[in-house]
Amino acid sequence: MAVKLDEPLGRVAYVNARILDPAEGWDGTGGVLTDGEKIAAAGPGLFDAGVPEGARVVDCEGACLAPGLVDIRAHLGEPGAEQKETLATAGRSATAGGVTTLLCLPDTEPCIDDMSVVEFVARRARMQGLTKVYPYGAVTKDLAGKEIAELKLLRDSGAVAFTDGSRSIADPLVLRQALGYAATFGLLICHQPEDPSLAGGGVMNLGENSTRLGLAGIPREAEIIIVERDIRLVEMTGGRLHFANVSTSESIEVIRRAKARGLAITCDTAPPYFALNEHAIGDYRTFAKLAPPLRDEDDRQAMVRAIADGVIDCIASDHTPQDEESKRLPFAQAASGGVGLETLLPITLELYHNGHLTLLRALDLVTRAPAALMGLEAGRLKPGGSADMVLFDPDRSWKVDADVLKSKSKNSPFDGRPVQGLVLRTVIDGRTVHTHGA
Amino acid sequence: MISGDTATTEFPHRHLLGIEGLTPAEITFLLDRSETYVEQNRQTNKKKSVLSGRTVINLFFEASTRTRTSFELAGKRLGGDVINMSISGSSIKKGETLVDTAMTLNAMHPDVLVVRHADSGAVKLLSEKVNCAVINAGDGSHEHPTQALLDALTIRRRLGRLAGLQVAICGDILHSRVARSNIHLLTTMGARVRLIAPKTLIPYAAERLGVEVFHDMAEGLQDCDIVMMLRLQQERMKSNYFPSVREYFTYFGLDYEMLAHAKPDALIMHPGPMNRGVEIDSEVADDFYRSVIREQVEMGVAVRMAALEILAHNLEPLAETNL
Repeated sequence: MAVKLDEPLGRVAYVNARILDPAEGWDGTGGVLTDGEKIAAAGPGLFDAGVPEGARVVDCEGACLAPGLVDIRAHLGEPGAEQKETLATAGRSATAGGVTTLLCLPDTEPCIDDMSVVEFVARRARMQGLTKVYPYGAVTKDLAGKEIAELKLLRDSGAVAFTDGSRSIADPLVLRQALGYAATFGLLICHQPEDPSLAGGGVMNLGENSTRLGLAGIPREAEIIIVERDIRLVEMTGGRLHFANVSTSESIEVIRRAKARGLAITCDTAPPYFALNEHAIGDYRTFAKLAPPLRDEDDRQAMVRAIADGVIDCIASDHTPQDEESKRLPFAQAASGGVGLETLLPITLELYHNGHLTLLRALDLVTRAPAALMGLEAGRLKPGGSADMVLFDPDRSWKVDADVLKSKSKNSPFDGRPVQGLVLRTVIDGRTVHTHGA
Repeated sequence: MISGDTATTEFPHRHLLGIEGLTPAEITFLLDRSETYVEQNRQTNKKKSVLSGRTVINLFFEASTRTRTSFELAGKRLGGDVINMSISGSSIKKGETLVDTAMTLNAMHPDVLVVRHADSGAVKLLSEKVNCAVINAGDGSHEHPTQALLDALTIRRRLGRLAGLQVAICGDILHSRVARSNIHLLTTMGARVRLIAPKTLIPYAAERLGVEVFHDMAEGLQDCDIVMMLRLQQERMKSNYFPSVREYFTYFGLDYEMLAHAKPDALIMHPGPMNRGVEIDSEVADDFYRSVIREQVEMGVAVRMAALEILAHNLEPLAETNL
């Protein structure tokens, strides 16, 4: 859908909606009034006394109206891997998934370790007029894990937080210095924990399945050891650390104890880790080759429990587009990762449909919580704030079909899965940027 | 020759990609068919015509002399047209992917592709992209089904059975497709399998494959009918699995002193090529009565003839005008 940025917006009344805002604890019949790009008023019972004169009316027909989703981890491909995804295709995929704000990882080519690249990505994304894109800055130059990047300069040019993406920082001294330096300015470091040496040449979780398939396994300890090490470094430096893509039950327990001790530790996981296990690989299915690898069923259940009891702070899509050439290869050679922007909402809603979370809590994990973690003004229906919203039917079922995903790459680990929760309309800055079926 | 025009009910599969999942009856059928070719291969005239008009392509992405030659002989003795294609590292670097290669060859209408590849699962991936039958001649550390079949045929001819035998598989199990295929075949047929190696060369959770694991070779060899040695695949070894060949041979190599722990008449097997003095002592390897290593090579041709015959039979029948 083409977005006309110069179109006058006026006032729009979204009426007859089930208003859900985790930040306010709202779950009731009501609506939202937008004025231009901003929210003018919102809440249950908003239009009980009638719609303001002159406002255009959008009848939500009882569907859920919530803050647009905030996704704190997506690989976007641009610059450098435009054959896999561009900011335009990522924007269409994100809006189709109800994601109105996302953080993109710095592992582009060139990588985001320089102010000019931060500004390039931010400007290119703004030109699309779709999902708002905030870049991460690299923790280390060239993502090489050796020298710290210009963290504060990157921050001042627009980088929200810092990470080396799916690359783990192997050298403890480098991470110690990064945490300490970042703490000087109150910056957040995000780290996907995996000891690269211990992971060796592994391509899936080490277990009975890797033995049967004859594939080199990545031991769970490769993640757990780094989580344990990093917590010591946080304690030592007073830094703030967020663990990305946590996948093992032991990591959760270590993080739980660190949080109980009051350390500035947070973590997230991605839908594959609470919705799938290593059996999804079946007979060498490369769409199920992810980083970190899909773990066993006990780990999957531990993720569900940790989401329910709050040890996991939020859910990110970990959207990783890979083209056919990167996936249609023998398993060991195939690239890792799966697209996830369009399945973030329905897979998260599985936790609600299966009785693990309330609908409001499920939404909190993909709206208010990630926005708060990153210090973004997003993820809530606040008068005066940007009119970024998603209208969805939480019960409408559909089947994930990789071929019709809006992402340029089709590598969904959920291909063929029946899901519930359909995005009907996505609104960014008061403009409808996606309508189901349009 | 197998009777009937349609796919044989005894082996209703298009491909032979692995042993895992085959039934005891299917394995027995393959072994019985192989048996008929052992005698034929010892005749002066070894030629048959069951593959007449059929094209077999040996597609080897990994260097091999023994297995490729064995398949080539098997195909030719059955009267098929056999082409060898060795795709070396340098051609792979030209950029053609495995799937491209598969589609290119498929357009030439082969009947059977015999494929070896360094990556586990690669042969399965290729089989999904072609219309012909595919035989896995070894994929990474996954499976090497014809090797397990020829081992089973060798054992069965010597000892008359597989069920109830105690078999020790020794050495680099971690990287071995031969070990995995043998574990599946032997346990499916009712033999008891032990794996003997240092912990670094035993795959994770190996017990769950239905085997016993030993780290003391003398203990593991107790009461064994068969001692199957594996080649130490030093080319696949990326880290310190053991400190030195000398230390490895001292504790996990097979010499007469070590062999004395097995049954007095235990047979010695090795899939080849052997590293003499690394995993097996030369004298033991050449033991006239107990080493069946050369017999394994002989059985290999028979097993591959049977596999080619059965899979070709399961394809669409040839048109009358072609016969």
